[in-house]
Amino acid sequence: MKLLREKLDKIKPHFQKGGRFEKLHSTFDAFETFLFVPDRVTDRGAHIRDAIDMKRTMIIVVVAMIPTLLFGMWNVGYQHNIAFGIDAGFWETFWYGFLEVLPIIIVSYVSGLAVEFAFAQIRGHEVNEGFLVTGMLIPLIVPVDVPLWMVSVATIFAVIIGKEAFGGTGMNILNPALTARAFLFFAYPIYMSGDDVWISGIMNGEGMVDGFSGATPLAHAAQGNIESVPSAMEMFIGTIPGSIGETSTIAILLGAALLWFTGIGSVRIMASVFAGGLVMGLILNAFAANPFMEIPAWEHLIMGGFAFGAVYMATDPVTASQTNRGKYIYGFLIGLLAILIRVLNPAFPEGMMLAILFMNVFAPLIDYNVMQANIRRRIKRASEGSDN
Amino acid sequence: MSKTDKEPLFSGKNIKLLSTPLNDENPITVQVLGICSALAVTAMLEPAVVLAVAVIVVMGAANVIISLLRNTIPSRIRIIVQLVVIASLVILVDQVLKAFFYDVSRQLSVFVGLIITNCIIMGRLEAFALGNKPWPSFLDGVGNAAGYGWILIVVGFFRELLGSGNLWGYPVMETLGVYNFGYEDNGFMILPPMALITVGVIIWVQRSRNRKLIESQ
Repeated sequence: MKLLREKLDKIKPHFQKGGRFEKLHSTFDAFETFLFVPDRVTDRGAHIRDAIDMKRTMIIVVVAMIPTLLFGMWNVGYQHNIAFGIDAGFWETFWYGFLEVLPIIIVSYVSGLAVEFAFAQIRGHEVNEGFLVTGMLIPLIVPVDVPLWMVSVATIFAVIIGKEAFGGTGMNILNPALTARAFLFFAYPIYMSGDDVWISGIMNGEGMVDGFSGATPLAHAAQGNIESVPSAMEMFIGTIPGSIGETSTIAILLGAALLWFTGIGSVRIMASVFAGGLVMGLILNAFAANPFMEIPAWEHLIMGGFAFGAVYMATDPVTASQTNRGKYIYGFLIGLLAILIRVLNPAFPEGMMLAILFMNVFAPLIDYNVMQANIRRRIKRASEGSDN
Repeated sequence: MSKTDKEPLFSGKNIKLLSTPLNDENPITVQVLGICSALAVTAMLEPAVVLAVAVIVVMGAANVIISLLRNTIPSRIRIIVQLVVIASLVILVDQVLKAFFYDVSRQLSVFVGLIITNCIIMGRLEAFALGNKPWPSFLDGVGNAAGYGWILIVVGFFRELLGSGNLWGYPVMETLGVYNFGYEDNGFMILPPMALITVGVIIWVQRSRNRKLIESQ
């Protein structure tokens, strides 16, 4: 550790004002603060001091995603084995998935960080940490067989249009990872939906087990094949086809526990998303006009990307509501809309992505109204008090 | 007025009328008018070009006619007079398109008729043609319509090229052979939201290059 510090101190002058690589200052700064907690502190105005800075916050979110990532890697191999009738051990299965998923992670990070560094250089500010999380989220929410160049294009689009155009980390209106996914979904629908994309190798199409269908539980349900939907236990554990990181509810709950315990993810949002989903599920059960609407309300919560979106996407502190009351409204409406879109619009089997993006746009409006209501209430209370 | 103090046809002031709407006062990217048709007809290059030409014709002619009538129109009914003039011109354009470019006319469908409600045209009639002589009014009309048109054409160019791999119906991407390398057309480019984003990117590029447009903090 000491050796690293000395090395950094030695080359540091080159990157400061007047140094040889002055232009690359922000690049150097990014690596330095990545390795060591910066020693600069704010010395003016009143500030709440906290031991944790943004880089470390982001790292905890990435750590919280590791259970879903590891399970996702294993599941990629497992689904492949089922589809092609391969008999393989645990490590072999995991290794197969690891090799399939790793390139997507690398492409996502490299293309996203390249844009981030370029913008930091041009604008002369520090490289922001937000992409550490986005870069990990993107691989988790795409199908395993998505072509790598599409991941790259979508990531670049999401970072430039979704984030940098609005002023960078902390200023974005839409969640960048979901922007990337929405871009892929609308730009290249055949690689993002349907029955063939969720399991590695089906797109090439040879040597598959007869009569095997790679459809996700949601696709089965949307087509009315309720009997083909896997059991609730399978969906809870996650041994089902789907996007890489979203299948296992149990792994997501592990991540949720970490986010809750460290106070980084808002429990208010997570809980209200699940509540909203449950309420909409019950409303649809009450109508029960088709087999999809008859699915038990709680089963919606473990299908598709609902849990993943609720835990990792809806809680994004930048794009969610900031006020506590607003968080309940925001989360509840996400859950409500996600199930509504999922069940009633067959063109969008997964409504979670659209529901979160939609509510991202409305989050500032919710906050505004919550604050105005609070101001009115306090004015009323103050004027009542003065009358006495 | 004697001939000597008459302003030359292409004096600096008149050229400015033609050129400022192309950049500094562009109707779409600076005044943000006429967005509706810019999103709707730009999925392909050909309809974008045709609509651009149609708007140039209608706007140039409407500005001249209103300018000629400007001293005789009672100001209380000027809006309705402007509408009548624009509507007549649009019907003319529409008939010409139907007669000679039937396919494009089908693609443009209602948007030719909707030129009537294009706020750029009404805006220029109100703001310029009612107070200026025919020739400057003509230049102003053509300039603004061209400012509108070139944005349409740029957007149409990128949307058709990236969205369906063609340009003016010619399969560019297929000729280049990029599909063999796994390239796919971007279906998002054909959807209207992407037109909005493309216009947004044009505004971004324009504002970062043109210092005059940067608002003071």
